[in-house]
Amino acid sequence: MAAVETTRPKAPLIYNPKARGIAYQLLLCALILFLAWSAIHNAAENLARAKIATGFGFWDNTAGFDISQSLIEYSTTSSYGRAFWVGLINTLLVAALGVVFATLLGFLLGIARLSRNWLVARMAGFYVETIRNIPLLLQLLFWYNAVLKALPGIRESFVIPGGGFLNNRGLFLPQPVFGPAARFALIALLLGVVAAIVYRSWARRRQMATGQQAPVLWVTLGLVIALPLAVLALSGWPVTFSYPESGRFNIRGGIEVLPEFMALLFGLSIYTAAFIAEVVRAGILAVAKGQTEAAYSLGLRPGLALRLVVIPQSMRVIVPPLTSQYLNLTKNSTLAVAIGYPDLVQIFAGTVLNQTGQAVEVIVITMAVYLTISLVTSGLMNLYNRRMALVER
Amino acid sequence: MRGVLACVLGGLVIKSVVLRLALAAAVAIAASAASAQTLNTIKSRGGINCGSNGTLAGFGLPDSQGRWTGLDVDFCKALAAAIFNDPNKAKFVPLTAKDRFTALQSGEVDVLARNTTWTSSRDTSLGLNFTAINYFDGQGFIVRKALKVNSALELGDAAVCVQQGTTTELNLADYFRANKMKLKTVTFATSTEALKAYDAGRCDAYTTDASGLAGERLRLANVNDHIILPEVISKEPLGPAVRHGDDQWFDIVKWTHYAMVNAEEFGITQANVDDQKKSDNPDIKRLLGTEGKHGEALGLSDDWAYRIIKHVGNYGEAFERNVGQGSPLKIARGLNGLWNKGGLQFAPPVR
Repeated sequence: MAAVETTRPKAPLIYNPKARGIAYQLLLCALILFLAWSAIHNAAENLARAKIATGFGFWDNTAGFDISQSLIEYSTTSSYGRAFWVGLINTLLVAALGVVFATLLGFLLGIARLSRNWLVARMAGFYVETIRNIPLLLQLLFWYNAVLKALPGIRESFVIPGGGFLNNRGLFLPQPVFGPAARFALIALLLGVVAAIVYRSWARRRQMATGQQAPVLWVTLGLVIALPLAVLALSGWPVTFSYPESGRFNIRGGIEVLPEFMALLFGLSIYTAAFIAEVVRAGILAVAKGQTEAAYSLGLRPGLALRLVVIPQSMRVIVPPLTSQYLNLTKNSTLAVAIGYPDLVQIFAGTVLNQTGQAVEVIVITMAVYLTISLVTSGLMNLYNRRMALVER
Repeated sequence: MRGVLACVLGGLVIKSVVLRLALAAAVAIAASAASAQTLNTIKSRGGINCGSNGTLAGFGLPDSQGRWTGLDVDFCKALAAAIFNDPNKAKFVPLTAKDRFTALQSGEVDVLARNTTWTSSRDTSLGLNFTAINYFDGQGFIVRKALKVNSALELGDAAVCVQQGTTTELNLADYFRANKMKLKTVTFATSTEALKAYDAGRCDAYTTDASGLAGERLRLANVNDHIILPEVISKEPLGPAVRHGDDQWFDIVKWTHYAMVNAEEFGITQANVDDQKKSDNPDIKRLLGTEGKHGEALGLSDDWAYRIIKHVGNYGEAFERNVGQGSPLKIARGLNGLWNKGGLQFAPPVR
């Protein structure tokens, strides 16, 4: 055999399809890289010729402007870099809370739309069709103006029992301040969480083995909530509250929730929930009817059949489009700029860009950040999806 | 196929490079436009693209028929008159405070006449040149009368609504810091939204340039419930800006303003400009182009200033018509009076 092969004339490399393919692709890669390089080079040169400042040196310069909401230390003397982090954290905050609320509301609505109760199903249908057919920007402006107009002025605040205020400047709540002894309660909380997880898995294994059920919910609540509270009480309540107080113009102290934040969170959650509801409905309908019927014939009540049989199977249909909705919500949070919520786009791609004039750098950073957030989100959802997906044996 | 995919994906992984590519392409095109002769571009296009405000009464605002009026609008009309002998050859591009510099840098507009404050960083690091100051302004505050505030120094702890991307935003923070007062700012992308939020009670005060306050207060639900505080907390020299790198165009824009100021100083008005053409005064003769070749040196015809005054009027006329006694704003000349009448408007001579 070997003798036969050696006698065959060796074809030139150009006729080898594999080699040719590799060559073409190398060529394409080189072309793309060249285009990228020349564009960057051109831009840098043109910016320099127009005497427009370039580079990332602005990062450490003093920002000099104020930001209405900041979860980290920030003042007008902080740097542009600090302002970037403030904006990023504000974006992540509203996106994360928005995802949670939109998911809860969306699942509820999706299931309600399939309800056998005519009124419930129609109301859910009406919600979905109305909300998802109105542009989000209009909804945000509506919520913002509704929040501002509906809430009373600062002098006529609603007083929330326990020392809180609600007015058109925001929601003001007492802020708990923990004394040093509170760390015992924190330790108790952590222990409680660990114990609850262990208990749940024990209860599950026992149910699998013997069919006996354990009161999981009550024990979990007891471990996670009652235990730390008990420890707190034993250590003599080392918690004081810092109450919001009215100043000459504004309310100071305590926890402050801005109306811009509330409007954005409301708007994003309500809007995205309409889409999630449809995703959930599609997922549930995708589970074969026989599964439900089989569950009923085993004697499961409708609620249990939904929870134990239908939803787990529908998750593999729900998760991929759900990921898209999460990504949409995160990206839609950039509409914050319209209602004055200080998110990344408003602070960084807005004020910082304008004050420094370095559009190329600022926009590149902003785009890279949203790309990273989106890739991380979809990466996590893909991990979850892999766990949920049908395991074929 | 897999190789191509790998290559493309590789490109995506170094995403900042790819993203930069798109932006860089835009910048590359923009910057080449900047180095071209702006005047020739305008002539061959048959019109000037003017970066304008679009929402500020007195400076740049289209009316219900789409006719633009305002001090900055008149400035652009004067430019169009000087070049084309037709003030209607100016096209107005409404820009937000945030987008205005990018629009000028990228060549979308030829001149930015949009109540823009001249600052050192804008003049040096944005690739722009400020030409002249067509309005001397300063930043002020408006508050509700019911708050019984008489001075900006009493605003400690107040919530203030402000427009984003303005010197206003920085002056506000500086003023409160310098006076050791606590501040809560609520920042909006447009002045319209900021003012609306103030009107709805979201903020105790609204701040912008004093000229802007005079115009924007008219949009409040009940004008008489509000009061403008006496403090002016900053210097805001407002003027038209052009891109770096085209000195001829820079000169034309600068001298268009000076021609209007000189005309006022010599008493040349829209109404009497034809009679003034017969004047024996050598200053007037040079300005109106009956003596010397001062327009030619700018790349314009020698009667360039005559055209400006004929179509738009002198600086004083434009001022009174748009922001002064002939307008709802009723702003006094103040700093914007002529230098020989106690103001700061002083134009170099045409000779």
